[in-house]
Amino acid sequence: MAFAWLPGALGDITRGALTTILLIVVTTLVGTLLSILGAAGRRNGPAFLKRAIAVYVEVMRNTPFLVQLFFIFFGLPSLGIRLDPILAAMLAMTLNMAAYTIEIVGAGLDAVPGGQTEAALSLGLRPRQVFIKIVLPQALTVIYPALTSQIVIMMLESAVVSQIAVRELTYEADMLQARTFRSFETYFVVTLVYLLMSMALRRLLVTGGRRVLGAGVS
Amino acid sequence: MIEFTFWDIVRNLLLAARWTVLLSLAAFVGGAVVGLIVLFFRIAENKWSRRIASGYIALFQGTPLLMQLFLMFFGLPMLGLRIEPWTAAVLGLTFFASAYLAEIWRSGVDALPRGQWDAGASLGLHRLQELRLIILPQAFSITRAPIVGFLVQLIKSTALTSIIGFEELVRTSNAINNATFEPFKVYGLVALIFFVMCFPLTQYARTLEQRAAAH
Repeated sequence: MAFAWLPGALGDITRGALTTILLIVVTTLVGTLLSILGAAGRRNGPAFLKRAIAVYVEVMRNTPFLVQLFFIFFGLPSLGIRLDPILAAMLAMTLNMAAYTIEIVGAGLDAVPGGQTEAALSLGLRPRQVFIKIVLPQALTVIYPALTSQIVIMMLESAVVSQIAVRELTYEADMLQARTFRSFETYFVVTLVYLLMSMALRRLLVTGGRRVLGAGVS
Repeated sequence: MIEFTFWDIVRNLLLAARWTVLLSLAAFVGGAVVGLIVLFFRIAENKWSRRIASGYIALFQGTPLLMQLFLMFFGLPMLGLRIEPWTAAVLGLTFFASAYLAEIWRSGVDALPRGQWDAGASLGLHRLQELRLIILPQAFSITRAPIVGFLVQLIKSTALTSIIGFEELVRTSNAINNATFEPFKVYGLVALIFFVMCFPLTQYARTLEQRAAAH
C-alpha cells in the first residue's frame, strides 16, 4: 500500500465529490417535486394518467439503473434527442428516484386521515390549498425517514454515471488509478470519501428535517 | 461489420441472461450463508460482537456497490489471489448481499416478543437451540417479503458486474450495441429481459406483504 500520490490527487477528488453532490441535490429537488405530482396524479388524476404512472413506476423499479442510464444516453439520440453526459445523468437519476419516491409519497398521502381534508374543505379552503397546506405537510412528516434513505441510496447509486463519462467522484477515481497505477489504494480512499459523504448526508437530512418538519422526525 | 438480425440479438441476449440468473443465485445463496454468520454476531450477547457486525453492515450499506466490486477486483490480487471478473463479481455481490440479508433478518429477530426467548429459556434450551428452534424460524418467516424484495435489488445489481468485465447481460448488450449501432432496440430489450425476471418477484413480494398485513 502506498499513498504518496494522495496529496496531489486531493483537488481531483474534491472536484469529483462536488459534482456528485450537485447530482444528488438536483435529483433530490426535482425527483421529490415529480413524485409529489406523480403520487397526487395517481390518486386523483384521470384513469389513463393513473394507469400511465403505475406502468412507469413498475418499469423503473424492475430494471437496473445502469440500463436506464444507457437507454437514455445512447438510445435517445437515435430519436434525435442528444443530451450532455451530465444532463443525461441528472435525467436518469431523477426519473429513477421519482419511481421509488412516488410510492413513498403515496403511502404518506394515504396515511393522512380523510377527516383532515373534510375539515379543511369545510373551513372554505380550495382543494389545491387543502392539498398543499394541510395534507402534504403531514404526509411529508410521515414519510421523511423513508425519503431520507432513498436519497442516500441514490447518492451511492450515482457512482454508476461515471460509465457515461460524467466527471463525478467515481470517474475521477478511474482517472487517478489509471495515472498512479495504485488501483486498490485509489478506490479505497474514494470508498472512504463515499462513506463519509453518505453519513454526512444522512445526518444533514435528519437535522434539517427536524428543524423544518418538527420534532416527530427521527 | 457483422449483420445481426433481430433474432440474433434476442438469442445472444437471452444466452447472456443465463449468467445474470446464475450470478444472482450464487450471490443470493452465498449472501445467505455469510449473512447468517453476520446475523449471529449482530444479535450476540457480547457488545463488541454486536458493534463489529453493525459496522460491517453500515460499511456495505454506506458505500457504492461499484466501489465494493472495484476493491474486490483490485484488492484480492494484492493478497496473492488470482482473480477473474467472475470471482470478483460473485464475491463482491456475496458480501454486499450478506450485509442486507443480515440486517433484514435482524429486524425480524427484533420484532419477536421478548417472551419467545424467555419461553425457550424456561424450557431449558440453551442459546443456540433457542435460535435454531424458536427465534430464527419465526424471524425468517416474518421477513419473507423484504427478502424477496432484496432479491429483486440483487438481480438488478448484477448489471454493475459488467463494469469489472463479467460477461453478463449488460456487457453482452454493450458489445452487440457496438456492432449494430441500435442502442434503442438493444437496451430496450435488455430492460425488457430484466423486467421479465424482476416483475414476478416484485408481485410475489407484494402478495407476501399483503398476506402478512392481513394477519
